Amino acid sequence: MREVVVTGVGAVTPLGVGARTLHERWSAGSCAIENAEGACTDFDPAEHMSKKEARRADRFTQLGLTAADEALRDAGWLGGDELPYDPARVGCIIGTGIGGLQTIQDALAKLDSRGPTAVPALCVPTMMGNAGAAAVSLKHGLLGPTFGVVSACAAGAHAIGTAMRTIQTGDADAVVAGGAEAGLTPLARAAFSVLEATSTTGISRPFDVRRDGFILGEGSGVLILEDAESAERRGARILARLRGYAATSDAHHLTAPPADGRGAAAAMRGALADAGLDAADVDYINAHGTSTPLNDRAETAAITAVLGARAGQVPVSSTKSAIGHLLGAAGAVEAAATVLALRDRVIPPTLGWAEREEGMDLDYVPDSARPLDTDRSKPAVALSNSFGFGGHNAVLCIEAAAA
Amino acid sequence: MTDSNVTVDIEELVIETLKELAGEPDAVTADATLEQIDVDSLDLAELSQVVEEKLGVTLKGSDVAEVTTVADAIALIQGRMGQ
Repeated sequence: MREVVVTGVGAVTPLGVGARTLHERWSAGSCAIENAEGACTDFDPAEHMSKKEARRADRFTQLGLTAADEALRDAGWLGGDELPYDPARVGCIIGTGIGGLQTIQDALAKLDSRGPTAVPALCVPTMMGNAGAAAVSLKHGLLGPTFGVVSACAAGAHAIGTAMRTIQTGDADAVVAGGAEAGLTPLARAAFSVLEATSTTGISRPFDVRRDGFILGEGSGVLILEDAESAERRGARILARLRGYAATSDAHHLTAPPADGRGAAAAMRGALADAGLDAADVDYINAHGTSTPLNDRAETAAITAVLGARAGQVPVSSTKSAIGHLLGAAGAVEAAATVLALRDRVIPPTLGWAEREEGMDLDYVPDSARPLDTDRSKPAVALSNSFGFGGHNAVLCIEAAAA
Repeated sequence: MTDSNVTVDIEELVIETLKELAGEPDAVTADATLEQIDVDSLDLAELSQVVEEKLGVTLKGSDVAEVTTVADAIALIQGRMGQ
């Protein structure tokens, strides 16, 4: 089967515009959570797209377009007049948890106040969950398979995993893949709050005993995935290899994981098996680590089960400690962060972690970043975990590019 | 209000609205084609909503399908106003 490489990354997160901005600021210990939210306050759509593009897009799509532009530039795709591939061989798969939520809210307000004819003409094409993928395809003339992926907080990872398969099976030679979410709306805040999923203290501290829920965030992450042979033929700079992917389901409860995290563990084992690797090869885990009591306990149980004797030795950190939970964008943003962590050989920390919970004994990389201290004779390997309401588990296995 | 004033108002409304919607707002004049100013069927659907709200004239997709210039759009609305 064909191998898949990562040749570009892009992200818009509460830490700023840019995947490298995310990686560097998170590694430096910056936390972008303010007023109990992770908002992309540095992101002004007018700086990244025409007025018309912005009008035609919900904020989640604006975020996705901007991350895709960065990733495509990073991969060296936007320098010339033409794409480096036959456009018919390039796809676009962008996940989201909800889609154009603000668009839906605004349209509903107009429907209620002024009646059906006041509902905006752009309501449907901007609220739909595939709008992000559609906008990227339209802007860059991508003619291969394009669609959205919807799996709550696992959507970004499912999108990247599905893109990997799309290349492996030969349906495309390259895929622009990621996730985008703009859920900082009154409805989303209220809806997560009544579920008691979000933090009441306003602090994201994954795996710490004091954690009390996640911090709602917004943003986007995009990876450029290419068939390895095609990428090497065009002389692309290889950032990382996407070695494995697995997706499983809990079939346990609509929103809660089983306490032993068995579905998550199965996905981690599956991703390693898909990569032809085993637990002994794992050098770092970018955890789902939401800062909810249930997720972090179950994920710890899953990681402990998968790593066996090496649990406690492998660093595990959560991007959500720095930016909050980006829902359907989280898996893609975290995959981009993992790619750059492996590339720079830096393990970013779990910010705010200070107090251990009994039975949760992993190395959560407290306080500050540290060097990735592994045997340099082989490329470093990381897992990026993503789990979603509905009991969806998606895990990516990413390997550093050969030095 | 005289007929001539209404005519001016319609032209101004269409041009000002299309300047908001067009990909090339600076190119919006009565003589421009929709292609020149980067206006497509979704923009016309938005224009139709503005016209309905401001002038009380309902335009359907089939009405605007034949519109290829800004002048066509103005004439279509003026025609409906006169009905």
